[in-house]
Order: sequence, then structure tokens, then C-alpha cells
Amino acid sequence: MSSIGTGYDLSVTTFSPDGRVFQIEYASKAVDNSGTVIGIKCKDGIVMAVAGLAADGRQIVARAKSEATSYQSVYGEPIPVKELAERLASYVHLCTLYWWLRPFGCGVILGGYDRDGPQLYMVEPSGISYRYFGAAVGKGKQAAKTEIEKLKLSEMTCREGVIEVAKIIYKLHDEAKDKAFELEMSWVCDESKQQHQKVPDDLLEEAKAAARIALEEMDAD
Amino acid sequence: MKTNKNQMDLEMNLNAPHSMGTTIIGVTYNGGVVLGADSRTSTGMYVANRASDKITQLTDNVYVCRSGSINLSFASTHLTLLFYLGFLAADSQIVSDYVRYFLHQHTIQLGQSATSKVAANLIRLLSYNNKMLETGLIVGGWDKYEGGKIYAIPLGGTLIEQPFAIGGSGSSYLYGFFDQAWKEGMTKDEAEQLVVKAVSLAIARDGASGGVVRTVIINSEGVTRNFYPGDKLQLWHEELEPQNSLLDLLNSSNPEPMNI
Repeated sequence: MSSIGTGYDLSVTTFSPDGRVFQIEYASKAVDNSGTVIGIKCKDGIVMAVAGLAADGRQIVARAKSEATSYQSVYGEPIPVKELAERLASYVHLCTLYWWLRPFGCGVILGGYDRDGPQLYMVEPSGISYRYFGAAVGKGKQAAKTEIEKLKLSEMTCREGVIEVAKIIYKLHDEAKDKAFELEMSWVCDESKQQHQKVPDDLLEEAKAAARIALEEMDAD
Repeated sequence: MKTNKNQMDLEMNLNAPHSMGTTIIGVTYNGGVVLGADSRTSTGMYVANRASDKITQLTDNVYVCRSGSINLSFASTHLTLLFYLGFLAADSQIVSDYVRYFLHQHTIQLGQSATSKVAANLIRLLSYNNKMLETGLIVGGWDKYEGGKIYAIPLGGTLIEQPFAIGGSGSSYLYGFFDQAWKEGMTKDEAEQLVVKAVSLAIARDGASGGVVRTVIINSEGVTRNFYPGDKLQLWHEELEPQNSLLDLLNSSNPEPMNI
């Protein structure tokens, strides 16, 4: 559904005749052109990240940290993931309301572990935010979502999830079209004591190896 | 004014600060909390209200016991001015009204009941950052994450979570009592009896506490309010039996003076 909104796409404060705000759609394109990022919610935690314009991403992360600290200062407890997602979504949406601000060119996959368990949210440049079992942004997001839908997430632990996510990323990477890539993963789960950390190196290597093997098996067919 | 030392001093200072010279208590038990308070509000020696309710609701599952004075000087805080222009209100009422309002919004945003820790923290922020306010508060509530919790927020605005807390002028007489009588893991009835006994003991000794004993029990099932009339409480050492009112003379069939 790609069309050029001639004349109606110059400002984020303009609607097109068919009710679209083209600037927001263009912002989403900035995200789509970046590397794929996946997040999945497993039984015991979240495995995720940010895709899009890195500078924009950093701004959002800074805002998220600030919201979380301020919530903790006022309410005396860590911010629930739902609340943080809503605040980030409001902030991203705010930047779609005024002509002197441009929309954020990044999609955020937010994973957290609060007293209601692990939760996964995704915030898009339009300011929409939903809770997900599995989410993907970036170049290969359609294919990634198809792959994620095949997984049985409610029965998977994070350890298994790490391997599955690696397999999906490797599968999506097109040798011919895309440049060489680096796989980075982080998680928040029981094993990491509900703290966010990079997936431990040994597990990461195990995941990469499993992914390469799976790819070879597929190619061999 | 010179008075003969054999005469009673009947001079009443009605401009003395209203004090909820008070006894307030909060106690956790196995499954929830019990809050208790007396019901006397005094202006100097005069009891302005003998049936006050010092246990105030903040949310469905969190209540607060209030103590402290009613400030006569409007200049003491702009908060008083904003909300209570024209009439007196206790600092503790103002604080609890603000916190009830914040908690209501918080509940809407969160999509579920607020926790007792959040309620206590909001009270603490107001109390600590506005040191001119005179409030001694005990927050007690039940939530599904932590169960029953008691938080004490005395003058100055410290916040401290405790298995039980006592406050108000009458509490001075209860420290030793609780050292001896408190135990971990009481049942609901044991806890309530402890609270009623404690308030009753404080009323016996503290002139600024009196009236009735009110209790509020909060647990997973909900909230229960109880009322114990002052004259039905157990009499302690040297306490006199309650007297009938002299007004009964007017209604009796053959009124004989001084024969009640």
C-alpha cells in the first residue's frame, strides 16, 4: 500500500483526503528499512530491542529511563511495564501532533518483568502501543512474524527462546541482498534474576551454532 | 486572674490549637491489618468532638489513622488556603484528601487497586516536603502482592514499614504494653482484641484521648468497621464505674436531689 501523498505529505499536521497522515507513515518506513529486531515473550521472561534511526532510539531510551525513575520517586515502587509502555507511547505520539516536531523514526520493542510477570510491548512511530506475545520490526518483519507464529511460546522457556530467535534471524538474512550481520540478543527472565542483561556468551554461541545448522538443513532440502 | 487555689480553674482557652490528642494504632495479623483509634478531639480542656472518626479511607483497600493538630494560621500552608478557605481543617485531613485524589488517578491509570506501599509513599512525600504540617499518620492496607502492611509516618515525614505502629499522645502509655503483648502471626480476632485493649488502656491514662474505640479490619475479603462504646470497655486500675447523667433527675418519677 505504498503511495506518494503529493502535497499532503509536507507536514505532520496535515491529513490527506483519505484520512492518512503521510509523515507518520514515512516515519514507519524509516523503521522498515533498518535491520530486523524481534521480541518474544516466553514462559519465564522476555527476549528482545530497538530498530530504526539509532539517534531517535537513544532519545526514547533516555525518556524511558527518566519516566521509570520519576515513577519510582513518586510511587515508591518500580514502574509496571504497562505504565512505562503507555508513557512512551504518549511521548512518541506527542511528536506527531506539532508541525515543529518530526515523528520518531524508530519502533521500540519493550520487554520487562514486573510483579505481574514478564510482559512484551511494542511502540510504533505513530504512538500506537500494544501488548504482544511476539513482535518484530524492521526489514524482515513480515517473514519474522510468520516464523514467530509457528512457535509455541507459552510452553517455551527463555533458553529455548534464545535458540529459536537466532534461527529466525539467520533464516531471514538474505545472503545475496543484505550485508554481513551481527546478532545481538538480550533477555529479562528468571534466569537473569528478572534483570535485563545481554544473553550470556556461551548461550549466544550455542544459539548461533544451532541456527547455522538449521539453515544448512534447510538448504540441503 | 488570681484564683484561690482551692477553687477549680474554669478558665477555658477556646483559642488553644485544636488537637487530636489521640491514640492511633495499626497492627498486622496473619491475613491483613487492624487499625484502631479513639474518638476525642479537644480544644484545650474542652472536648470539641467526642465521637470523631479518625480512621479515613484512601482507597477500597487502604485506610489511614490520622493524628495531629488543626492549624489556626492560614499562612502556615498554601494547601490549607487552596482547599479550605474559610474554615478550619486538620493538616492530616488535607494530606489524606490530596492522597485520596492522587490514588484515585493512579488506580485508573494502573487499571487495578493501588498498593498500600504507594499510598504510604504519597503521604510521606507530602509530609516530608511540607515540614510545617503537623501530622502523625499510620497507613494500613491489604493488597494482593504484599498482603497486609502497616506504615508509620510520624512528624517530619519519615516512612517506616512496621509489623505494628502506635501514634498520638496516648501512644506514650502503650510502648511497654506492646513490647509485652505483641506477637507475630495473630489471628484476626486476637489482633482486634489487642487493638481495642490498647486504645482502652491509653484512654484510661491520657486526658486527650477518650470517647469510643473505632476499629477497621482490612483483608482479602474486604473492609469491616467496628465500634466499641466507651462505657462498655473494661475498667482498668482505679477507674471509676461510669456515672449516670445528672440529667436523669429531670426524667425520674420522684426526683430526690443527690440520690442517683
